[in-house]
Amino acid sequence: MDIGLGHYLIVGAALFVLGVFGIFVNRKNVIIILMSVELMLLAVNINFVAFSTHLNDMVGQVFAMFVLTVAAAEAAIGLAILVIYFRNRGTIAVEDINQMKG
Amino acid sequence: MELIAFSFYLFATIAVVSGVLVISAKNPVHSVLWLILTFFSAAGLFVLMGAEFIAMLLIIVYVGAVAVLFLFVVMMLDINFVELRQGFLQYLPIGATITLILFIEMGMVVATWQLGPDVAANAAAPSPAVGDISNTAALGQIIYTDYIYIFQGAGMILLVAMIGAIVLTHRKRPGVKRQVVNDQVARRPEDAFELVDVAVGEGITQRTQNKG
Repeated sequence: MDIGLGHYLIVGAALFVLGVFGIFVNRKNVIIILMSVELMLLAVNINFVAFSTHLNDMVGQVFAMFVLTVAAAEAAIGLAILVIYFRNRGTIAVEDINQMKG
Repeated sequence: MELIAFSFYLFATIAVVSGVLVISAKNPVHSVLWLILTFFSAAGLFVLMGAEFIAMLLIIVYVGAVAVLFLFVVMMLDINFVELRQGFLQYLPIGATITLILFIEMGMVVATWQLGPDVAANAAAPSPAVGDISNTAALGQIIYTDYIYIFQGAGMILLVAMIGAIVLTHRKRPGVKRQVVNDQVARRPEDAFELVDVAVGEGITQRTQNKG
């Protein structure tokens, strides 16, 4: 029972589809949607690091670090927008966010 | 080898189960806590793979910063979360169907796909042998040389995110008394008090009334 690349890729795939599923079922709650996006980025990171160690190439881990950076920046900006939106409108329900008529 | 397999299945199971609980927990605070557990298990997986630095970075950045940020925001906002959960069952079938299809597709790719014959020789920055130098040192040797510009760019992204978050959430409140150091330093004795020669028997009331 050797743990190879495929095992880690399956874990990554499972976490990624969990993120997609979370966005589907929690369509009204922006906070859970942001958490689902974090789950998906984590799955991407698992894939990067799995390939990096399997192919003996450090670049995958460097890129995983940059994914981590972008994830942190995205969470900070997203939550900041959420806070000012709640301050102005008093709600964070997704269907009420329509001021830009997008 | 048995221990590695056991650890892998342990961490993978915890990661996936807590991932399920992140999106299905009734209380968003619980969701954040399950998210933290997911990150810890993923960090365990990274250590198993031999990427210790990324594992520690995951714990520091995700658990120490991002998850705590989520926790603060969830607790700060006064939201009726029960209302936000309506529609959970409505979207469950379609979501489960699409998710299942996506997962099966990914599984098929992983199961049938093979590495090309010369991929292993194409490493841009080959990992040093285990025991030669540590993972952190090996990462540092390429981050600060070959990837210095991207590394600086990542720092810029974080700086912009920090400034953006501060600018977005900062608000000026009227009527708040603040210390103005310039005014305090520029204050002279003439502005603050007046020396008065008080005549005997008259007192000072007359003068202050005149001034007022």
